[in-house]
Amino acid sequence: MAKKGDWVRIHRVVLPAEGRNPNLPADTAKVPLEMWVKGSLCADAEIGDEVEVETATNRIEHGTLVEVNPYYTHSYGKFVPELIQIDRQLREILFGGEE
Amino acid sequence: MALAKDYASVMGRNNEIMKEAMGLDYDQFESGKMRFDYEGLMASTGYTLEEIERVQSLTGVGNTPILELRNLTALARKYAKPGYGATILAKDEAANPSGSFKARRAACAVATAKKMGYKGVMAATSGNYGAAVASQAAMQGLKCIIVQECFDSHGVGQPEIIEKARKCEAYGAEVVQLTVGPELFYTFLSILEDTGYFNASLYSPYGIAGVETLGYEIAMQCREKYGKDPAMVVCTSAGGGMMTGTARGLMKAGATNTKCVAASIDLTGLHMASDTAFNKKSCTTGHTGFGVPYAVDPDHSDVPRSAARPLRYMERYVTVKQGDVMYITEALANLEGIERGPAGNTALAAAFSLAQELPADEYIIISETEYTGAGKHVQPQLAFARENGIEIRFGDPNKEDKPGVNIILPKDPSYIKTIDMDLVHMRKSFIKKACKKYGSFDIDEDDIAFLAEETNSTPEFVKKVLEELK
Ligand SMILES: Cc1ncc(COP(=O)(O)O)c(C=O)c1O
Repeated sequence: MAKKGDWVRIHRVVLPAEGRNPNLPADTAKVPLEMWVKGSLCADAEIGDEVEVETATNRIEHGTLVEVNPYYTHSYGKFVPELIQIDRQLREILFGGEE
Repeated sequence: MALAKDYASVMGRNNEIMKEAMGLDYDQFESGKMRFDYEGLMASTGYTLEEIERVQSLTGVGNTPILELRNLTALARKYAKPGYGATILAKDEAANPSGSFKARRAACAVATAKKMGYKGVMAATSGNYGAAVASQAAMQGLKCIIVQECFDSHGVGQPEIIEKARKCEAYGAEVVQLTVGPELFYTFLSILEDTGYFNASLYSPYGIAGVETLGYEIAMQCREKYGKDPAMVVCTSAGGGMMTGTARGLMKAGATNTKCVAASIDLTGLHMASDTAFNKKSCTTGHTGFGVPYAVDPDHSDVPRSAARPLRYMERYVTVKQGDVMYITEALANLEGIERGPAGNTALAAAFSLAQELPADEYIIISETEYTGAGKHVQPQLAFARENGIEIRFGDPNKEDKPGVNIILPKDPSYIKTIDMDLVHMRKSFIKKACKKYGSFDIDEDDIAFLAEETNSTPEFVKKVLEELK
């Protein structure tokens, strides 16, 4: 259960697939236009409820509650071994054999 | 009575909403024919170059250092014929408050919004510009909303764009994130109408005038440090504002012998409005998906007339591959001790190849670098590609690269080779599109002269193309 005032993320379908711009590639035309915004919850609610939030610019937005205390999970990604090969190669070409 | 907010109604009010949100009536620049008064539009900011420098310096924007990339220069010379291999320089735009040259564009736009009494600013951008507007809004005490195209229909976001959202939120902005599609503009307009905020468009004259200081500084700093103008400036190109503003600034400094080269990552074949192609690209700006359509048809942005008109200024337009940019970004970190974001290094990959065409006593400069961080870095961008089924291997990028299918890392630096786009073809394409929009290929001498200005060609060339098209 999320409390009024909690910082949350909501989701809403802005345009259903049938209501979209007619000049879209076929794959995009099949799916709706969706939106996510963050804000302070206007009243107590559960995940999945239709709610209102007040955003950072004090707009009131509505949508489905999807996350409480949302946080970032993007990172430096998994190891990419090719990068080590590039590093080795560059040093070899530029500095190799000069010692 | 409440206004109808459905798609057709909001889009139908586009012109009124824009007039309110820009404090600028674009009709005054129209001639009633094809021609519009571009220099009049640029002059409408009311700022001279010196005033823009002052506005930018108030928030610590501009005056970034030029870095000499000695080891990359030495590396390029290994592949050049004797006596060739210009010194490679980088204008370190990552040193701007928001981490990219976009701070220059945002500084003037936000200052103007504040002067005109707007309570907040909005921008439609998935890139560095959002962070720049948010940073400027924080400094100048305005509210800020950034609208991003960020996710595919499975809710999977481009790591680079998610990082930009984080940065905007760090500066106190509201970020509205959408799935793929051009209807982003509808959401943008609708919020613009509700809030009455200023449209800090990337393509406004304020934005482009803000980049002129960059070109001006390049000339001045090179003269001071090296006693001459650079032989070539290479600009990473998407919407064309970087190329336009930099070239105009160089002209204002009298650097008429500096060759202006645009560079984009070749993403031929990936449709920009495609949900499935969205996460198959491993870079989100500086690519041909934006660069080419904006060069041949600048007026399809979020303003009636774009102040970014790159075809007027570019003397060459070259492409590099995604693998070249990843490789050179890694090289910049390893050989120069400078970690910068891949998107801004598009021009660096190009400059590494172009330097080899120039004599060793010349200078070639890339107009910018950008910040790097989680999500926006070689490692996460390559890792994301691999997770999306993109094959990554070493090879010859110019022979084996297939955007959306693979990323070919050059098997050694000699394989980083720019490919020139056909500018004559692009000029023809510009003329064709302009005439189609206008509704006729029968245009008078003045409009022919206008098309020659727009395409950096001659009236004779335009006439020849018109004959072919008729
Ligand atoms: C770092 C960086 N370089 C270059 C560009 C391209 O600039 P423009 O859109 O003005 O061509 C962008 C913006 O998309 C950018 O963020």
